Amino acid sequence: MTEPTAEQIKTEKIYQQWGLTDEEYDLISEKILHRLPNYTEAGLYSVMWSEHCSYKNSKKVLRKMPNHSDRVLAGPGEDAGILDIGDNQAVVFKAESHNHPSAVEPYQGAATGVGGIIRDIFSMGAQPIALMNSLKFGPLKDGKTKHLVNEVVAGIGGYGNCIGLPTIGGEISFEDCYEHNPLVNAMCIGLLNSTDFKHGTASGDKNLIVYVGAKTGRDGIHGATFASDEFTDTKNKQRSAVQVGNPFIEKLLMDACVEIIEQHSNWILGIQDMGAAGLVSSTAEMASKAGSGLKLNLDRVPQRETGMTAYEMMLSESQERMVLCVKPEFIDDVLNFFRHFELDAVVIGEVTNDKQYRIYHHDELVTDIPVDSLTEDVPEYDRIEKQPQRMIDDKDFHFEPTISSLKETWLDMLKRPNIASKKYFYQTYDSQVKANTLVRPGSDSGVVRIRGTKKAIAVTNDSNSKYVYLNPFVGGQIAVMEAARNIVASGGLPIGITDCLNYGNPEDPEAFYELDKSVEGIASACEIIDTPVISGNVSLYNEYNEVAIYPSPMVGMVGLIDDFKKVTTSDFKHGQDLIYVLGQTADDFNGSEIQMAQMKKLKGDLRPLDLNQEKLHQDLIRQAINQGLLKSCHDLSEGGLAVALSESAFGNDLGFEIETKLTSKQMFSETQSRFLVTVAPKDQMAFENLVQRDFELLGFVSSQNIFKITTADATVQINGQAAKSNWKEAIACLMK
Amino acid sequence: MKLAVVNFPGSNCDMDLFYAIRDGIKQAVELVDYRATSLKGFDGVLIPGGFSYGDYLRSGAIAVHAPIVKEIIRFANEGKIVLGICNGFQILTELGLLPGALIQNEKSRFICETVDLEVENNQTIFTSHYQPKEVIKVPVAHGEGRYYCDEATLQELKENRQIIFKYKENINGSVDQIAGIANKEKNVLGMMPHPERAIEEILGSDDGLKLFQSLINPEVKVND
Repeated sequence: MTEPTAEQIKTEKIYQQWGLTDEEYDLISEKILHRLPNYTEAGLYSVMWSEHCSYKNSKKVLRKMPNHSDRVLAGPGEDAGILDIGDNQAVVFKAESHNHPSAVEPYQGAATGVGGIIRDIFSMGAQPIALMNSLKFGPLKDGKTKHLVNEVVAGIGGYGNCIGLPTIGGEISFEDCYEHNPLVNAMCIGLLNSTDFKHGTASGDKNLIVYVGAKTGRDGIHGATFASDEFTDTKNKQRSAVQVGNPFIEKLLMDACVEIIEQHSNWILGIQDMGAAGLVSSTAEMASKAGSGLKLNLDRVPQRETGMTAYEMMLSESQERMVLCVKPEFIDDVLNFFRHFELDAVVIGEVTNDKQYRIYHHDELVTDIPVDSLTEDVPEYDRIEKQPQRMIDDKDFHFEPTISSLKETWLDMLKRPNIASKKYFYQTYDSQVKANTLVRPGSDSGVVRIRGTKKAIAVTNDSNSKYVYLNPFVGGQIAVMEAARNIVASGGLPIGITDCLNYGNPEDPEAFYELDKSVEGIASACEIIDTPVISGNVSLYNEYNEVAIYPSPMVGMVGLIDDFKKVTTSDFKHGQDLIYVLGQTADDFNGSEIQMAQMKKLKGDLRPLDLNQEKLHQDLIRQAINQGLLKSCHDLSEGGLAVALSESAFGNDLGFEIETKLTSKQMFSETQSRFLVTVAPKDQMAFENLVQRDFELLGFVSSQNIFKITTADATVQINGQAAKSNWKEAIACLMK
Repeated sequence: MKLAVVNFPGSNCDMDLFYAIRDGIKQAVELVDYRATSLKGFDGVLIPGGFSYGDYLRSGAIAVHAPIVKEIIRFANEGKIVLGICNGFQILTELGLLPGALIQNEKSRFICETVDLEVENNQTIFTSHYQPKEVIKVPVAHGEGRYYCDEATLQELKENRQIIFKYKENINGSVDQIAGIANKEKNVLGMMPHPERAIEEILGSDDGLKLFQSLINPEVKVND
């Protein structure tokens, strides 16, 4: 097959199939090149100018995020962000979505999502130390969804387990809107044992560009374009755009890259992962950032298939590949170093000083364009936004649950897939490899210690999209604060976040409103608790037949624990310990799990979140943990107090007896800014003196496995084992 | 005592094992590359968990062709310490240094969990610090950890007291709930659970420590 000519691309508008608009095409040919781009060049522009690579629709919104604090060593713009944690150490982290590939080919889509985010971390010179994930699917009703869930979970586990990184936590939830458009977000955290790190740049005339890792094949061509489009019934034949992962090669690549940067830092000028839009994106970004140009010779690229064109090689998203910029005098050392790890390593080009991006293939110059035009000249769009009609119509609606039997409602809530134990899934992830995991999946945060120090890192992934759907601004604030409560409840100080912004089509004014307002919410919450947004990604066009997902920002927060003895978990520890709830409980049922249970839909507005009070409660909990006053601590979230009490009792098969002024309904309210804690009887005065107000002493932990609640309007007692089996078996039952 | 931890491409518990020896029992330990041809100067060799060669073909099937393997066989035959954990156990059965095979878990899913093990034989150089029938908590993390052997082999394992650890609850469908076995001479041990992940209480258990302590103090005789 011969490639279309430049003329054909223009007249037949072939560029449109690749996602470029007429205006964008004209801009390229008339203002940038002053000629028609050939097939390869047009392909490069189409991927580099896709939303996935260029953020052309979201850049203006993303600038609202705070990205500075005393700890920030690197923020957005690098492969991952870096935060100083003292003692010349830093944490490096990022989350990324792999939604579109996972919808089409769930195992490989999820696996390569994990592989890609790991490369983003070690390309900064950091040793990856832990993985997390946030998954959203349709309800576990039909075989198709169950298959999707099984394959995604298997792909995540298959990659992480093989490469040998612990998956220490995450979240899985189920809502109708994700049935055809699941969300698969993966996060990796790394440790940099020095505050020196490698930038992804290619600088210095005649310095060499080295390709390391797996061979290039035809997989993943146009993956970035594909990720910037919607799904429809008729547009589902995009299987060739999905990449295939090889965690074994990535393990070799990871070990080699970490070692070469640690031991031979002077050999390497820059290093970058070949992620979305593979070779073109990595090399163009490296050159553009350094103000350089590049010359690449594609004949030297290690190839898995024969007869590949320049277009295919440049756009391939084959996995497990890195690009390095190396000084000529060290080139032999570098190539030999990687060969010792049995990895392909070849020189594929060199840096130039004329800011042109030139590609040669079969001795022909196939691309000759200004490098900045791929990265800097992308148009930025100001999208129109409009408040969703539902927000206006349902503004004054207040949902009130009906509780005819507190016992029945309670037991039913524990069985709901969004609340029930997710162990069925997370026990397939190796959470303990590396022997540093202090808190495994199932508590509020996952925690890993930093070997050789007293420090530990707490990580959580949170995204309650139901709240964001009802009120994007408040929902965005809640996403950050819920993550922060999870970190604080584990004994950590929140120090920063990464995010995956999963939304619908930005050209739809209501969807764009959701993006814009929830980012404002995220930004305002981050400001209050000093957690800069240091990395992240945007995944728009999450729609199926023009119905968008709930706006779903995923917050991946990292916390620092200065002494691992302070690590606190959500499980009750001893009979007779006193149970408190910190924070007032109101009738907050809009967006709640009980609304979904009883009304089968979301409706109504959210109350504004008092950020100052939220921060005060987080600070009080941190002080209480620092003073050693808390035996357990649990963030109150979906399902409210009734669920949190049960979850805390399940771990050690304990029970509780509480008496509260709250109503039975309020046991399921999801009022924000609350924590459930236990305190040893001897510490009662110390704790109450510390928090002073906004708390209620509910009762005590009982060593008998019986749950007893007296509310303002009912008294119930349930058997702890019966409650636990509802909670523990629900998912396995549904997955059968 | 000086121990070698063999590092195959794809091994991923090598450092965990290294730290267990260096920090847990404070003995000399070195990582040895799979391309090395000598284990001279070592008193024992430890084969870590992971996915050697990506578990392609079959767990452990490719690792048996690595240069270092000749030395592992020599150690086994000379009565020196040979310990294979998880993927290391799979490599030892592939090599025929231990009988039987490790196949896909009964429920075909990977399991990561801290489980109860029973010490079946505490009269070995690996287990002398445990009490008879002691129940210990040790993490498992495997997809192909279901021990399988035929009836005759099982009888032989029983007669020779080669079954060293059993699962209290059969998590993966192993024959006779077997979690770890030794050769007849009891100098080669293979086990699916990870004792190197259970050497500090803050990690959830330190019950694995006694296994490594037994290695350096084999003269401790146990009451049976």
